Amino acid sequence: MKRQPAKMSMTETQEYEILIGLEIHCQLTSVPTKLFCSCSSDYREKAPNSVICPVCMGLPGTLPVLSRSAIEKGLMLALALECTPVTRLIFYRKNYFYPDLPKNYQITQYDKGGASPLAYNGTIKISDGHSIPITRINLEEDPGRLTYQGSIQTSPYALVDYNRAGVVLAEVVTAPELRTPKEARLALESVQAILEHLGSFESTLDGSIRCDANISLARGNRVEVKNITSFKDVARALTFEITRQRGLLSKGIPIKMETRHWDEKRRITVSLRVKEGEAEYRYFPDPDLLPIEISKTELSELKAAIPELPESRAKRFVLDFGINEETAKTLVRGKGLADLFEESSKEFKNYDKLAHLLSADLLGVLNRSEIDLNDTKITPKHILRILKLEADGVISGPAARDLVTQLVNTGDLPSHIAEEKTKITDKKLLEAEIHKAFMNAPQAVNDAKTNENAINYLLGIVMGLTKGRADPKETLTMIKKMLEKSRQ
Amino acid sequence: MSRQRKSSAFDIASQIRHGEVSCEEHISEILENIQQQEPTFHAYIRIVEDSLDAARKIDQRVKRGEKLGKLCGLGVAIKDNISTKGIQTTCASRMLLDYVPPYDATVVERIRKEDGIILGKTNMDEFGMGSTTEFSFFGPTKNPLDPTLVAGGSSGGSAAAVSLFEADLALGSDTGGSVRCPASFCSIVGLKPTYGRVSRYGLISYASSLEQIGQLGRTAEDCALLLDSIAGYDTMDSTSLRAETKDNLSRPSNDLDGVRIGVIKEFMDGTVEPVSKAINDAIGIMESLGATSQEVSLPSLRFALSSYYIIAMSEASSNLARYDGLRYGHESGFTDDDWQRFFSKNRAYGFGSEVKKRLIIGTFVLIAGYYERFYLKAQQARSQVRNDFIQQFKNFDVLVGPTMPLLPFRLGEKLTDPLALYMCDIDTVPANLAGIPSISVPVSAGTPIGLQILGPILGEEKIISVARIYEEATR
Ligand SMILES: [Zn+2]
Repeated sequence: MKRQPAKMSMTETQEYEILIGLEIHCQLTSVPTKLFCSCSSDYREKAPNSVICPVCMGLPGTLPVLSRSAIEKGLMLALALECTPVTRLIFYRKNYFYPDLPKNYQITQYDKGGASPLAYNGTIKISDGHSIPITRINLEEDPGRLTYQGSIQTSPYALVDYNRAGVVLAEVVTAPELRTPKEARLALESVQAILEHLGSFESTLDGSIRCDANISLARGNRVEVKNITSFKDVARALTFEITRQRGLLSKGIPIKMETRHWDEKRRITVSLRVKEGEAEYRYFPDPDLLPIEISKTELSELKAAIPELPESRAKRFVLDFGINEETAKTLVRGKGLADLFEESSKEFKNYDKLAHLLSADLLGVLNRSEIDLNDTKITPKHILRILKLEADGVISGPAARDLVTQLVNTGDLPSHIAEEKTKITDKKLLEAEIHKAFMNAPQAVNDAKTNENAINYLLGIVMGLTKGRADPKETLTMIKKMLEKSRQ
Repeated sequence: MSRQRKSSAFDIASQIRHGEVSCEEHISEILENIQQQEPTFHAYIRIVEDSLDAARKIDQRVKRGEKLGKLCGLGVAIKDNISTKGIQTTCASRMLLDYVPPYDATVVERIRKEDGIILGKTNMDEFGMGSTTEFSFFGPTKNPLDPTLVAGGSSGGSAAAVSLFEADLALGSDTGGSVRCPASFCSIVGLKPTYGRVSRYGLISYASSLEQIGQLGRTAEDCALLLDSIAGYDTMDSTSLRAETKDNLSRPSNDLDGVRIGVIKEFMDGTVEPVSKAINDAIGIMESLGATSQEVSLPSLRFALSSYYIIAMSEASSNLARYDGLRYGHESGFTDDDWQRFFSKNRAYGFGSEVKKRLIIGTFVLIAGYYERFYLKAQQARSQVRNDFIQQFKNFDVLVGPTMPLLPFRLGEKLTDPLALYMCDIDTVPANLAGIPSISVPVSAGTPIGLQILGPILGEEKIISVARIYEEATR
């Protein structure tokens, strides 16, 4: 059943229903080569136009040879997104002149006139519980990159770098059934989590997931927004565009069917071209590539090779760790967070506590500071350290959350607690420190006879005195012993 | 010159291999021919500098008793749309005047490996678009039999070079007859192999699904020698076939006993008298050698020419899109702050009128709506042509007919009548549509009339052996 589009409430009385569709472009970064040549797909931070060869430069006389690995990774993505793969793969040429296209056509796939993409009809399940239909998935070559001086509109020149030209892209096209900028962001996040779990993709790589969005208000003309290169910008660009269109509509100005460019520097969309009907790309089957048959055996082998995906991982978290479903779903929104949880769980058995620290505290800080977990250097060691300090009573809950904030911002813990320094286990030394603590807090010593909390208070003092170096277990045992002794 | 006049490339290679003739001497003679005849005929766009050095090296290796490759010291001319590392490759277009490929086409690599010597790059119709070699930015190539006539095209330079003893062998490309047509007009042998038999890597594309690199020689045996040196699967070309390479040089039997020949009615029907008479005589000779012949009709051939042009122009409009002045053709010196205008200026300047015409038509027929009416229809017709041939090869070993429906005409004669020019290709395009091999052999030595022999997919061995037996009987 089709979902009802959202109505955006207005300060005025009008409401416009919003329809958003996404074309999500994911680089399948684990494919070692480009899609049609043997150049490395690792083009980032290389000198401009150095990761190129005659084929991806489209030099006269060169021919494309399809990477088998790209098909495999593409099909696995399709299967993971519950799409129906085709049995015969045909590549088309999309013809248009643009300086970032070495051949002035892009080898891609097509879905009209008997042509077929890599796969059809899947679903993106997003963490707010909705399912967004996928129309199709295509495999295609990434164009080169144009760089401008500052903004696209004011730059005196454009420089072309073909290092990216030919890198494997999987294009996931959704139906226009997203309703809010936030949903768009969640859809991207969901696709990314699946790619990460498949091992097809490294999200730390800049620009490895990008999207174009089409937006229409009140079933009016569709506006396409291109060049959205990060998660954060999806919501920004869509919010800007909705606001812009809403403003026009409220003044009675009709929306033009056009293509706009997201200017990430100025955080606005600017008009690229006004469309007169559909763009004319003169698609036709690429005669340099023969159709590729995909056998049932190959498909079932690929299906079998699909590792655990976020959805089933969340279910397993509920079963294995007894955490609640909501938390589990939150944890698997990114592979990094889920891994952090699972790794840490091996040494920290209070799973609820661990899950809460990650899904609420850590994720909260990350979201507020707009930092991606994958861009930090946070390891299970860090998390375990904080949890242990808190569990041992060395630090309080609020202090633990402060440490999480510090961890996100600095990428590490403060040096005096970062490492488990040589613990003081020497009984004589500990005895001396405990003695000092008793002297400092005679009231607590007194209370400790009847109040367990007072014992913890004393432990805290010892930890403070030793800058956290006292072995908490040993210290606790000794405090109890010394209290016994003093009572005698 | 005298030795070459008597010898086939095959024999010359053998003489060099056995030290009977020095390669240096042989190549010098070729270079002399080039020097004397080029001003009149203009077969080459560019002669490479170091062929004599290469020849001396071959001689040294012969002296040392080294084993040399199949093309042992033969001079090979390369059509200027086949990429040669470090040697300008222009497609006879102003657009690519200053383009120097950084890599060798697979066929060029293989020629070098077989110890062939690259002599130079030959003239052609711009990007292969033409049947006379008049559409070259460098001016036309003239017919070796009569310099007032066209040499045929688009591989006219390659055919003329071989015919004029300015090369032992030559490579051409055959998209719709571009090897067989000039072979026929210049009275030499031209072979278009099965689609996929020879790697296209490095052949600058005109129409990818139709074209094959073809071989030109003074005998069918020479064409076989060149084919055997370059054929075979290539990882760089997804459309190249993994078929076994057969030895097309093994000696055929002396007669055509039991060979079933189908004479293509549609080829004979539209052919001018002197040509059809010569072809009928040729069929008579084949029958006298033991073959049986029968007229056959392939009804789908009436769609062949228009389907061919639709498909070729469509593919060309996309293949040639990359020439926009940003990477190639920038010698024009244009600048513009709008890249679309910049591209337009460069393309208007760099392409000749025939290329522009075909690109515009090709662009038109791919537009949604027209695509279904033209491109898809043409592809359907193409399947019918292919099926008609498959059917006929159940009953016949080879099919024959004229290569060209007419005799070579005067330079400039048909330039004002584009349709008449396109009609010249009517008997050659079917083999390209069907992907089957086809060879053109002169009906008799020195006559600009080619007998076209077509075979089934991967049937090179068959058509070459029929051509060789015919050739020997008529020599
Ligand atoms: Zn490359």
